[in-house]
Amino acid sequence: MAIPGLEQLPVLPVVIPLVAAPLTLLMKPGRAPWAWATLVSWVTFVTTLLLLEGVWVNGPIEYAMGGWGAPDGMTAPLGITYYIDLANALVLTLVAGIASVVFPYAYYSVESEIDHRQTPAFYTALLICFTGLLGVTITGDAFNVFVFLEISSLSTYALVAMGARNDRRALTASFNYLVMGTIGATFFVIGIGLLYQATGTLNMLDLHQQLMGQSNRMVEAGFAFIITGIGLKLAMVPLHLWLPNAYCYAPSAISAFLAATATKVQVYIILRFMFTVFGFEFAFLDVALNAFIILGIAGMFYASFVAVFRDNVKQMLAYSSIAQIGYMLLGISFGTVDGVAASLIHVFNHALMKAALFMGVGCVVLRIGYSNFSAFNGLAKRMPWTAWGLIISGLSLVGVPLTVGFISKWKLMEAAFQTQTIIPPLLIVLLIGASSLLAAIYIGRLAYAMLLQPVPEDAEPVKEAPHLMRITMWIMVLANIWFFFQTDVTVGVATRAAQALLDTGLGYGGAY
Amino acid sequence: MFSLLSPELAMYVSLIVPIFGLFGIMLADKAPNVREGVTLVTGVIVFYMAIIVAVAVSGGARPGFEVAEIIPGLAIRFEVEPLGAMFGVIASGLWIVNSLYSIGYMRGTHEKHQTRFYMCFAIAIMSALGIAYSANLLTFFIFYEVLTLSTFPLVTHKENEAARNGGRIYLGILLGTSIGLLLPAIVLTWVITGTTEFTLGGLFAGGADGPLLMMTSPVVFVLLALFAFGIGKAALMPIHPWLPAAMVAPTPVSAFLHAVAVVKAGVFAMLKVVIFIFGIDFLAGGWAADFFLWLAAFSVLAASAIAMTQDNLKSRLAFSTVSQLSYVTIGAMLATSMGAAGGAAQIAAHALGKMTLFMCAGAIYVAHHKSLISDMRGLGRKMPFTFIAFIIGACSIIGLPPMAGSWPKFMLMWGAADAGHQLIFLVLIASSLMNIVYLLTPMLRGFMDPLSPSLKLEKGGLAEAPLFCLVPAWITAIGTIVLFFYIKPLLAFLEPVTGAMGQLSAVVGG
Repeated sequence: MAIPGLEQLPVLPVVIPLVAAPLTLLMKPGRAPWAWATLVSWVTFVTTLLLLEGVWVNGPIEYAMGGWGAPDGMTAPLGITYYIDLANALVLTLVAGIASVVFPYAYYSVESEIDHRQTPAFYTALLICFTGLLGVTITGDAFNVFVFLEISSLSTYALVAMGARNDRRALTASFNYLVMGTIGATFFVIGIGLLYQATGTLNMLDLHQQLMGQSNRMVEAGFAFIITGIGLKLAMVPLHLWLPNAYCYAPSAISAFLAATATKVQVYIILRFMFTVFGFEFAFLDVALNAFIILGIAGMFYASFVAVFRDNVKQMLAYSSIAQIGYMLLGISFGTVDGVAASLIHVFNHALMKAALFMGVGCVVLRIGYSNFSAFNGLAKRMPWTAWGLIISGLSLVGVPLTVGFISKWKLMEAAFQTQTIIPPLLIVLLIGASSLLAAIYIGRLAYAMLLQPVPEDAEPVKEAPHLMRITMWIMVLANIWFFFQTDVTVGVATRAAQALLDTGLGYGGAY
Repeated sequence: MFSLLSPELAMYVSLIVPIFGLFGIMLADKAPNVREGVTLVTGVIVFYMAIIVAVAVSGGARPGFEVAEIIPGLAIRFEVEPLGAMFGVIASGLWIVNSLYSIGYMRGTHEKHQTRFYMCFAIAIMSALGIAYSANLLTFFIFYEVLTLSTFPLVTHKENEAARNGGRIYLGILLGTSIGLLLPAIVLTWVITGTTEFTLGGLFAGGADGPLLMMTSPVVFVLLALFAFGIGKAALMPIHPWLPAAMVAPTPVSAFLHAVAVVKAGVFAMLKVVIFIFGIDFLAGGWAADFFLWLAAFSVLAASAIAMTQDNLKSRLAFSTVSQLSYVTIGAMLATSMGAAGGAAQIAAHALGKMTLFMCAGAIYVAHHKSLISDMRGLGRKMPFTFIAFIIGACSIIGLPPMAGSWPKFMLMWGAADAGHQLIFLVLIASSLMNIVYLLTPMLRGFMDPLSPSLKLEKGGLAEAPLFCLVPAWITAIGTIVLFFYIKPLLAFLEPVTGAMGQLSAVVGG
């Protein structure tokens, strides 16, 4: 079903940044590429909002690329189909929304961290990455997922490597990421290949139809390859080793953008493949669900624990991201509407927290020059806006009420109490609480340095970050509070999205 | 005189005025007299509003309003019942007394960062009122966390190594238990009942359809354990170490927050959970509460025993607080009307008594910079007004008539008899005896013993604390005596919640 008058809307979120990207390369270094990228992100954000509203009101949208839909009498489409329901409309809006705040933020940060002549190339890569993330989310075609995944990954490798001007370690971090990411992509495409072999189709809904009742070694292997491949891209413990350095040495704006979007999109892919493509009829799914519960909890504790002892705040936040992915996997592993909804809610909320936190660290890197803990000593006196923004979003990460983190914790605990898994519900809930405490410790460490440590005596006086960076950062910080009170977007949409996903998973294909 | 404002409006005002006060204090940073003026004016307004609310509540009204609905069925909502109204009046009334005291103490000891000190106090009083007026567990939890976070800068006020260590323990235990245990308890309540509203008679006790849980189910025990240990502010052993750790704070913080607002918020929550979430009859029908009854009894005795070994007067008072808080927990876990009434009366009586003691300890520190009891020998003759106020407060804690502290003990014994736990008698009597040893002995030695050489004072003449320290201590000391004679209106006020008046009328008069 298309939106009347806006039949071509579903393709716009991908086409706009895709077309805009090469044009950026032609621009003069400086303000122009930045302003252009920002404008593109805003326009794209508007299209995704329209899509979200359209899906909320009218139900899922199917869009056949180039009009290559299903011929008469056949169910499977010939070409690539975009398929948008609430789950991906939510993630699309999230990605574009984060971009429309982080892109304007990037200007001063990029000017100081990247070679001036490289800025057009930087914004080109950024827009391509943006395109890829949106494409992965919007498409209803399994192979198309792989294509867009690689578009976003390849540009990300380049973006991470651009941090080399500040710290040469960005190069090895990027190379590591490249190797691991490519292995992940290879696994993923092998999995898709096996499914294609088994069914002869690549369209997700069609795959679901064809796979029903099929459960042989080949399909199981395909499933395992796909989950492992995405697990690598997702930085699921123990496949997370590329992430901390990549986030740490990337330019600050890139850390903020990636932490808030890239892994979120991967969580969405996992949901899509597990529930839309395979579904509960596929008995092998339970293996993955049981693995997720173990790996999720392991990640929650291991990564949080490591985060407590990091000396670089960016790296600490990167490990915290790995831990938060554990919460999302835990939600998925329950295999219930509440669990998947909790996972989607946390995807959204965690994006808000981490974007705000990394943006705050970016302000510090801009003014003080590095992101070790010593740079944060006495920050509340030197850069009060940045420091308090970091504290509020940090509290959100811990899950303190009046911030979105509380909604995440609440829904996840609620879901945990209502499930039957291999681990008793009460224990899971207590583990969630305990792991939040680890978050409280590392955020507490940061807050302690900012509030209670004295400003180093030899420190030069610093100004607050530029208005543009402060305002964009505070938009994110306030979003952390706003979405505590306004849960229609998160809880409302996510619950319906999860319902739709699981309905397909249970075999009620048309019950959107 | 009370019809000027509707009780709902008074609730709004009492929750918002502290925030205005906060900004007023911030703006008056450079003018200490204006700044303290703002604090006092805020205090008086809040107290007046709390009284308006309490008067309306005593007339049978249950004023309330909703702020925002977070998730369908889960809202930030306020509604006052007698217990909350009482806590609101105590907290806001004693805040004024404490603000007066703070002026004397903070100026007398030349503390730094006084503006931050008063700002944090304003947030703390707002969250205490939020806790008192909350209509459901969610709202309660929000303000509970705000109270923890806003008092952290007060605990670490001195910004030295000891303050940081104390602050770490304080925040670690309070935040840890609340997120790790209390939040799961609230979510579990929500999952089982579909709501978190405080319901008279008990949420789990259910309505006409019977209880939502089996009274003897292990789930009741698990829930009660999550609540009892999760409400870390009630300092039930072994969750108590944060309270002695918090004693690194300036004395006004210990006097008001760690004898009144923070710890009373904890035991208040304990009572509310037992009365409004479980229901007294529901708990009485099962076995789950017994374990916590004996744990609280152990807590009473063990903390008193530790208090006897402390030479630092403030640590001694802190352990005494741990012991006295468990009286309220005992009252809640007895699961009888009389027990609940005794617990509620203990909240009021202990607040007045313990605050007196802390303010006297602070007065001694301001006047002579002594905090160890061994240095205070003979000091009573130099500071008779301080020491006599201390003795009055101590007698109230011990439970001697005509001090207010005697009523809760009496009612708790009655409640214990109702519940068939006569052993609690012995616990309460033993506790009183220990109180005499560790509270009265040092004061009597203050009058009897020769002057301690460490004091470097000449014989004869007085060396009293500043008037701003002394007057507030006497206000609360006299308050303990007044409350003894006015216990009946208090119990009648709490009657709709506890329902113990029928039994008590023979004692306090119909």
